[in-house]
Amino acid sequence: MRYFLLNIILALTWAMLNGEINSGNIIAGFIIGYIILYVAQRALGAPPYFGKISRLIQFVAFFSVELVKSNIKVASDVLTKHNYMKPRIIAVPLDAKTDAEITLLANLISLTPGSLSLDVSNDKKVIYVHVMYAEDADAAKREIKNGLERWVLKLFSSDKKDRLS
Amino acid sequence: MFWDILSKILILIGGFFMFVAALGVLRMPDLYMRLHANTKSATFGIGFLLLGAAVHFGEFAISIRALSILLFLFATAPVAAHMIGRAAYIAKSPLWGGTLSDDLAGKYDKKTHELTAEIEEPKAAKKN
Repeated sequence: MRYFLLNIILALTWAMLNGEINSGNIIAGFIIGYIILYVAQRALGAPPYFGKISRLIQFVAFFSVELVKSNIKVASDVLTKHNYMKPRIIAVPLDAKTDAEITLLANLISLTPGSLSLDVSNDKKVIYVHVMYAEDADAAKREIKNGLERWVLKLFSSDKKDRLS
Repeated sequence: MFWDILSKILILIGGFFMFVAALGVLRMPDLYMRLHANTKSATFGIGFLLLGAAVHFGEFAISIRALSILLFLFATAPVAAHMIGRAAYIAKSPLWGGTLSDDLAGKYDKKTHELTAEIEEPKAAKKN
């Protein structure tokens, strides 16, 4: 968190030194600040921040691609006469433990078209998902577990692991 | 010139997905799939419209506002969909006839609406 604040301060400094605060300057400042912090991290003590940011960027890229792909799929289903819908309600066992992880996972599941999280069981062990294209229930479960949940766990887990080491 | 065309393309894509969302509400066979069409295509469409607006004006203040609207939408739309879907299931809104399987069937406590998690897997069976 400290590094994120430092990075923002560096970005603002860069923008101010350029004499104008606009989106281009702030983004350039952020990137330059990131590089400076990356170079300086040995002196400051290696933080979990750098792995996290790059993982976040990877995740955003992965999620955008998924979003576009599945939106096109749903759109084609709505617009054409054929439908390939194979809806099911599936129970996906959760590896995510904390509330924040489960909330993020449920939100992401709902945001990708073709899957909609309906409810989480009271003991937080299973999430019930309505999926639109699931010829094989197990394959659909695996897709959620290996795709989105793995990413969510990765995004959160880095914190604890780095703190321990 | 380039930014002009780009913003027009983005707004057109956004409008297209909004249209798909509206059409999906009409065409999908049951409530759950209508929710599918509605939450996703609509957020996607609004996302493109906002991006188009941000590109069109090209100002920091407007881009930041567009981005924050987008973030709030991405955070809230799934929550609304989840609540509507859950309420519909408890109110026994019928599933489409083509639905292949329903793992939720009989999992809700009828009075308290508490949800149990009995997974039909060998591991869970052993414990019982």
